[in-house]
Amino acid sequence: MKTQFSRRSSLLRLGGAIAGLLTISAVRTAKAVVQKVFVSTSAPKGYDPTKHKWLMCIDDNKCIGCGLCVEACKRENGVPEGPYFRTWIERYIIPKPKPGSDRTRGEALVDSPNGGMHGFPEPPLPKDQIEHAFFVPKLCNLCENPPCVQVCPVGATFRAPDGAVLIDPKYCIGCGFCIQACPYGSRFLNPVTKTAEKCTLCYHRITRGLKPACVEICPAEARIFGDLNNLHADDPLQKFYEKNRVQVLKPYLGTEPRVLYAGLDKEVR
Amino acid sequence: MITEVTNIVVEVLPQFEGYVFPNEAIAQPLWSTLIVVYPYITGLVAGAFIMASLVRVFNVKALEPVYRLSMLTALAFLLCATLPLLCHLGHPERCYEIMMTPHMTSPMAIFGFVYAWYLMAVLLLELWFDFRQDFVKWSKVTSGFRGIIYRALTLGVTDVSEQSVRLDMKMEWILSIVGIPSAFLLHGYVGFIFGSIKANPWWGNVLMPIMFILSAIVSGIALCVFNYIVLTWIRRKTVDMRCLDTMAMFLFYALVVDAVIEGLDVFHRGYAAEEGFAVLQTMIREKLFYTLNIGQVGIGTLLPLLMLGSLQLLRRRVPEAIRRTMIFCSGAMILLGVLAMRWNVVMGGQFFSKSLRGVMSYKMEFAGQEGWLISAVILCLPFIILTVLVKLFLSEQLQPSEHEPQNKSTT
Repeated sequence: MKTQFSRRSSLLRLGGAIAGLLTISAVRTAKAVVQKVFVSTSAPKGYDPTKHKWLMCIDDNKCIGCGLCVEACKRENGVPEGPYFRTWIERYIIPKPKPGSDRTRGEALVDSPNGGMHGFPEPPLPKDQIEHAFFVPKLCNLCENPPCVQVCPVGATFRAPDGAVLIDPKYCIGCGFCIQACPYGSRFLNPVTKTAEKCTLCYHRITRGLKPACVEICPAEARIFGDLNNLHADDPLQKFYEKNRVQVLKPYLGTEPRVLYAGLDKEVR
Repeated sequence: MITEVTNIVVEVLPQFEGYVFPNEAIAQPLWSTLIVVYPYITGLVAGAFIMASLVRVFNVKALEPVYRLSMLTALAFLLCATLPLLCHLGHPERCYEIMMTPHMTSPMAIFGFVYAWYLMAVLLLELWFDFRQDFVKWSKVTSGFRGIIYRALTLGVTDVSEQSVRLDMKMEWILSIVGIPSAFLLHGYVGFIFGSIKANPWWGNVLMPIMFILSAIVSGIALCVFNYIVLTWIRRKTVDMRCLDTMAMFLFYALVVDAVIEGLDVFHRGYAAEEGFAVLQTMIREKLFYTLNIGQVGIGTLLPLLMLGSLQLLRRRVPEAIRRTMIFCSGAMILLGVLAMRWNVVMGGQFFSKSLRGVMSYKMEFAGQEGWLISAVILCLPFIILTVLVKLFLSEQLQPSEHEPQNKSTT
């Protein structure tokens, strides 16, 4: 028996196969979008992400490096033990320049033992050799142009309309591309779930009108959190905004972070 | 409590020097040997295919004896190209999502399509058109399981009239032409996966896809040289020196271009000396000293350049046996050198912190998901597949049909 392959029948078959594939793909994409909005975000019913614009500000002059925010974050979000942090604190010690050196300041010493969760040990230099010393809280920078979202091969990580960058753990394939693409080291691969994880701004809290755990616990009020779309006159965010000139981390990368720092030093990356 | 915790952290730290972000202080780099093997295998595919295209598209007749071997090499390696990625995923069972719900801005998602296109539309089709009339012929003379395989592979198209064979060859020629940009795309995209990461100064580089393509061509030709010599040695046949010399010539020129572009990259980094240059210097001088300076530059580039270059100049005066040995050694060294290059790119990008204040050391594990054993197995697998393919399709008992050079009809 000899099968006849006419051009018409072959093209029809090919067209049918492609149409079938495209339909499956379109259906799955639609499902993914719905899933993103309803399932992955732990938002309650009635929360409308388009009506909010979350913003995190850090008044770096106020941080005392107590590490409560790190601990609160770990507990609130069930972050695993070990080198896994959604937020952490860095300590910068900038020594005075060595006598005779033509440098303006010494080489910065930076550390973050256990993410700063239990505070910091004694500085490794005697006090009289230290020019400046300060703490810098770090977290996901909530980029307007997040490189992590750009590179995710399945779209498991996405930017919600309210500015939060979230991950759908049921969808993440654990390739680690987003972790490599994050310039701020804010992501990690959860050793238990084998999926990428990061700060969500405590999405389950902020969508219910609460503040993120780190903001709630900060005794120095170094972290200021609010909703740009619903600012009232004596909102701490409004006051912070009026009072300070702000900076972001690694601005040259064009990521447009939405975590704004006041009082940042040039050594902070 | 505080001192205790600090001490614990200090105990973990010896593999890190300077400051690394807390999330980076994991025992193993996120991407390790498996991700080193992945671009290596993909590069070998693209290179072997481009080498085969020299015969079909550019009509380099001297390379005809290695055409089918190169195509089968490309296929054997392509079949294994996604394995390292798959083994590396945290959730391999969700891998189909890359194809079903691809995120179009991700280089990794697009790679899935480029891979599928290359495997299905280019390589398998081209091989099928090339082998079809042989399948028909062989299915008639062989019996048993082998006969069934050949018969199945004809896909029911048993017409071997002159007209249909001419159509086969025309299709093959078209596919070869489509295949060259596809091969560039396949491996260029792998380069882009790294080159697009602006967060990492070691990776984020416009030259990265170009360096990947060039080193792929070099490694692919080297692999064909290696396979050809090993195959003739196993079969106790004589090497076609005209073919081998031509391969050596292409290998040499490809290596020159590759070395120049990689040199340009290093020169530019040094001259521009942007933020993070100090930490990159530490990498070259300490962390990657052996794999970069000795592996990639010395064994992988300079020595083969010297050997192949001198052969270009003194070909007639060097006896065949020595020439063969020199070309074989160059091929083997280039294969090692390109593997070292992949290592330097992939691991180099993770040996320093994105804070640009610290570097980390890495001790390879033997077993486990990221151990080198599984990578070694994945690297050996294509050779096993290739052996089967060669036994089936380059069998000594089954003579191929006489092929007309494909572009005779079109030029």
